Amino acid sequence: MTNAIKLVALALVAIFAAIAANYARDLAYMVNMLVVMLAASVTFIYTLRKTDEDRDLRDLSGEYMDGVVRYGVIATAFWGVVGFLAGVFIAFQLAYPVLNFDWAQGYLNFGRLRPLHTSAVIFAFGGNALIATSFYVVQRTSAARLWGGGLGWFVFWGYNLFIVMAALSYVLGGSQSKEYAEPEWYVDLWLTIVWVAYLAVFLGTIIKRKEPHIYVANWFYLSFIVTIAMLHVVNNLVIPVSIFGGKSVQVMAGVQDAMTQWWYGHNAVGFFLTAGFLGMMYYFIPKRAEKPVYSYKLSIIHFWALIFLYIWAGPHHLHYTALPDWASTLGMVFSIILWMPSWGGMINGLMTLSGAWDKLRTDPVIRMMVIAVGFYGMSTFEGPMMSIRAVNSLSHYTDWTIGHVHSGALGWNGMITFGALYYLVPKLWNRKEVYSLSMVSWHFWLATIGIVLYAASMWVTGIMEGLMWREVDANGFLVNSFADTVAAKFPMYVVRGLGGVMYLAGAIVMCLNLWLTVKKQPAEKTVHGLVPAE
Amino acid sequence: MDIYSILRQFADSWMLLALFLFFVGVVLWVFRPGARKTYEDTANIPLRNEDRPASDVKDTSKPAFAGKDL
Repeated sequence: MTNAIKLVALALVAIFAAIAANYARDLAYMVNMLVVMLAASVTFIYTLRKTDEDRDLRDLSGEYMDGVVRYGVIATAFWGVVGFLAGVFIAFQLAYPVLNFDWAQGYLNFGRLRPLHTSAVIFAFGGNALIATSFYVVQRTSAARLWGGGLGWFVFWGYNLFIVMAALSYVLGGSQSKEYAEPEWYVDLWLTIVWVAYLAVFLGTIIKRKEPHIYVANWFYLSFIVTIAMLHVVNNLVIPVSIFGGKSVQVMAGVQDAMTQWWYGHNAVGFFLTAGFLGMMYYFIPKRAEKPVYSYKLSIIHFWALIFLYIWAGPHHLHYTALPDWASTLGMVFSIILWMPSWGGMINGLMTLSGAWDKLRTDPVIRMMVIAVGFYGMSTFEGPMMSIRAVNSLSHYTDWTIGHVHSGALGWNGMITFGALYYLVPKLWNRKEVYSLSMVSWHFWLATIGIVLYAASMWVTGIMEGLMWREVDANGFLVNSFADTVAAKFPMYVVRGLGGVMYLAGAIVMCLNLWLTVKKQPAEKTVHGLVPAE
Repeated sequence: MDIYSILRQFADSWMLLALFLFFVGVVLWVFRPGARKTYEDTANIPLRNEDRPASDVKDTSKPAFAGKDL
């Protein structure tokens, strides 16, 4: 019966998507509606083939639901490589403009590929990592199977459908021009549906937990899910021009819109890339070190201080703009106070290893997690400093900002995710350990040296161009033209590109290692005596 | 007064105070007497129940939160 309802719904979605594609007013909308039609059709056939078949009626409440986590791990590794590759390519486009090929103008030039890169690494790589690890962690720390049955699968496939639609939009010119919130209204609506399902699955599992307390990692994951829902809805309040086209009119205008955008933008950093990943830190570092977190009290204060402060930090993106001074001062002050909980969390993560420091020498996986926390500390020191108005007057609009973002994204988010993947793959496929720890070491050094090259070259070029822009001669005239600064930055752009190549190479080594872990390592016996499907 | 001014005045007075007091309350709560034992148990949650969910049958001989790995 439920399958019959599903089939009718899927058929309707496919038909309406086909109609929408027919009446489409722009290319991105048409292609995305065809994608929706295809996705609904495939799901229709899949559901039809299952209908009236004998189902396995085994009671699953005594097992964790790990199938969706396995898919999430694969998606994370895949999107990671795609996102890093896009990043390396656009880095070389900046160094060598000839790579903006004439035949691909309007599709593969820097302006189109840049949001593709940022969304691929943040939302595709980071988002899949967050969904997969949160499903894994919430089950283990609640001692309960994932709530909602197939809903977890809907979240995984729905989220990845969102990624595909967003990526196609950017390349085909469908963008509402808000940084990190580029997808048009119909893609936003779909993400909202998926996100509500995600919240339901996560919260449902917490509610039916067997542990009396909610472990701190779940607090961080939950705050990430709830806050992203709020930010996403408010920042995307628009009125579509037509239901058959992507274009829309924003409800807020002017400085209000700018403030809303950076309230969203900075909390995408604060809750997506920080709170969610801190959830990972609070689970995977204790697990890999085989010790509980250093101070549970500190973790609670860390949580409340972080979420209370982060939400105010957005205005530091709008120094010296139409935003009132009091608002940008407020953002600056909260950004600086934020240094304290950030470092409190960093200390908590690092000190978890106290008494087990030798593991840094013997276990490259934990080394990866620890350097991630180190980079977290570094970029959460750099960020508050750059939010100070006087520093910002030098750093804003320069490559320093890009360097800062990447020391956080590559160093903190990337490295903690790699550590989690190296931990998860042997667990999920019942292998004793990853295929090769020396390959993990190779990945570690490739990635670390890559980040150092990236961050150092961006510091040099950022501060240099900041100083060149403000340089005036004795008569008060500007000394440098914009093109002078571009020419001066060339060598640093090449170094940055090479850093990206090293980071990408490390990720490819990781994929190979994880693949060999599943293929070559002997399977361990599971508690159920079952070997999971591969 | 218009809604913006009312909301702003409320936000930077009573709401600010309420949030600040909530935060102070959290810190005091964390350091309450007897918290150490609870938090030691909570901090150990990741180190148990790794392979399968805890069973529904309550083992009364152990504390309620002892969801041990089988």
